Amino acid sequence: MADSQQSQRPDNSKIVKRLLLTVAGMFAFGFALVPLYDVFCEVTGFNGRTKNEAVAATHQTVDKSRTVNVQFITRNAKGIPWKFEPSVKQVQVHPGEVRVVNFLAGNPTSGDMVAQAIPSVAPAEASLYLNKVECFCFNQQPLKAGDNTEMPMQFYLDPEIPDHITTLTLSYTLYDMTANATAETLAQLQTTE
Amino acid sequence: MSTVVDDIHHEEHHDHKPSGITRWLFTTNHKDIGSLYLWFSLIMFFIGGAMAMVIRAELFQPGLQLVEPNFFNQMTTVHGLIMVFGAVMPAFTGLANWMIPMMIGAPDMALPRMNNWSFWILPFGFAILLSSLFLEGGGPNFGWTFYAPLSTTYSNDSTALFVFSMHILGISSIMGAINVIVTIMNMRAPGMNYMKMPLFVWTWLITAFLLIAVMPVLAGAVTMVLTDKYFGTSFFDAAGGGDPVMFQHIFWFFGHPEVYIMILPSFGIISAIIPAFTRKQLFGYASMVYATASIAILSFLVWAHHMFTTGMPVFAELFFMYCTMLIAVPTGVKVFNWVATMWRGAMTFETPMLFALAFVILFTIGGFSGLMLAITPVDFQYHDTYFVVAHFHYVLVTGAVFSIMAAAYYWLPKWTGHMYDETLAKLHFWTSLISVNVLFFPMHFAGLAGMPRRIPDYSIQFADVNQITSIGGFAFGLSQLIFLWLCIKCVRGGEKAAAKPWEGAEGLEWTVPSPAPYHTFEKPPKVE
Repeated sequence: MADSQQSQRPDNSKIVKRLLLTVAGMFAFGFALVPLYDVFCEVTGFNGRTKNEAVAATHQTVDKSRTVNVQFITRNAKGIPWKFEPSVKQVQVHPGEVRVVNFLAGNPTSGDMVAQAIPSVAPAEASLYLNKVECFCFNQQPLKAGDNTEMPMQFYLDPEIPDHITTLTLSYTLYDMTANATAETLAQLQTTE
Repeated sequence: MSTVVDDIHHEEHHDHKPSGITRWLFTTNHKDIGSLYLWFSLIMFFIGGAMAMVIRAELFQPGLQLVEPNFFNQMTTVHGLIMVFGAVMPAFTGLANWMIPMMIGAPDMALPRMNNWSFWILPFGFAILLSSLFLEGGGPNFGWTFYAPLSTTYSNDSTALFVFSMHILGISSIMGAINVIVTIMNMRAPGMNYMKMPLFVWTWLITAFLLIAVMPVLAGAVTMVLTDKYFGTSFFDAAGGGDPVMFQHIFWFFGHPEVYIMILPSFGIISAIIPAFTRKQLFGYASMVYATASIAILSFLVWAHHMFTTGMPVFAELFFMYCTMLIAVPTGVKVFNWVATMWRGAMTFETPMLFALAFVILFTIGGFSGLMLAITPVDFQYHDTYFVVAHFHYVLVTGAVFSIMAAAYYWLPKWTGHMYDETLAKLHFWTSLISVNVLFFPMHFAGLAGMPRRIPDYSIQFADVNQITSIGGFAFGLSQLIFLWLCIKCVRGGEKAAAKPWEGAEGLEWTVPSPAPYHTFEKPPKVE
């Protein structure tokens, strides 16, 4: 009797295998969320991230009929005592117009340090239209003990920027990357000796 | 195997089981493992409850009296972790182990050895978590949600222990869920088709699929925390190109289905108890099944309502707001069906029914405060206040925990063979009901007035409401000792229980004697 019951029963191992595969798949999906999130943010502008690469200014038009107020904010993450501020707090730009803004950095400590600035734009929607031709935030920034430097940031706003965006804020947070500096950055510190 | 399996007394002669500790260590019997899970969850309930008592004692007065803020934070964190992963989830798994095979006419769970394993790794997981409290610098103090960077940059080395214990609990839950799914799919008695299964079985089947889908994501999240903290990755570290907000997305992608994991089996329990004490069929069985499935599907589309204040675009806030409110529809269907079941029923009010009725009313209050929290603009005011604490304690304590209590009273006669002490049980119910409302209802007002959660001190104007809350908390904690005493008493003796002690109860579990023999349904029953 027990045997006949056994034979009627479908195979457990088939379902178990499928369920285990689902578990493995969902574990992988948890990690896949990381690149998916990046792509999603890049496409939609969620979270105010800017493109982490230079965009050539190839467009022709400058929309002289509007001006957008671009504000700059800097802040230091925990544990980095650098001086870090924009040379101007805000600029008025026409969409399409290329501008350069300098950021001043100083390393007041007695040791060579490496820092990395991370940009963020508010409102997040505006981040899709902020294009940087050149930015110190693309690379790690080495600074020798006691040195000061000017770091340029060249940008323009895409002329497609929606009308309702009249002010946008570009914020930089500066992180201490001395312990995680790339070999390239360290080489820069050596050569300027 | 016996050929005279119809003879129940004959089955009892086969009740041989190893004696002593090895019976419990090596057992593959679903009833033994169910009992282990239930006792374990009761112990965890008291450990987590003791931590809640520390929290309420500290909050009895403004200012810092009893504990250091860091220890207070550890208490809120570990209280949450213990109650979620140690009390509520193992209690449901215990109920599933005990009841699902008996409800579908199966002799045991489909994978009995894995069943043993999935229970016995739990005590080790919690031993790791609890031992972290005794480390230098203390245990995890970043809240049960372990938001980065609190759990990465700003945490101490107990985080490694926290991560490993989460891995163990996750593996245990996943194995338990696999077992439930395979059992329900493969072990139903002939004639027990899907739409004849008791709702407790249905809700657990759906819960098990939720567990399979999201526990691995939790495992991924804690692994990312571990590698961010110790192996130099930057999943959640902006300096290295990561994003701390992404942590919240991943966490709540797990976290929101998780809260339904802790309530769907309750719906099944209540759907068994209310018809039994109303002496009527459950109203709208099929709609209950579909409502449960819709809630489960919607649970994957609402996670960001925990994150309205992170600066999402308006479109996303609206999307998550409307999806969240949509959940009120299937939940409303359920509440309507329970009320309709009671309509013109011959109702009696034994303790399981009292807890079930309290569940319907108080869980609905928790649902309403949830709807309030779903409204994006007002959530900016309620976010991270005691209003949120009131909300989730209404759905988890008067919701999940009350349903577990109801289940325990309903099936204790079947488990132990004895009727529980009805006087003590009534005392437990009424003291719990009054104290739980004294405990959690004033929290709504404290939250609306702006008292932030997870802070050991508060401004002076919140003193009165916190004193009332704390008194309710102590009373609720003490009331649970009645339950402990009652359970011990019921196991040790009492009035002999009939095979079907409840007049209106339905289901295969009532066709076997009380206490349920060690082996049941070795020959599958006939299902009409």
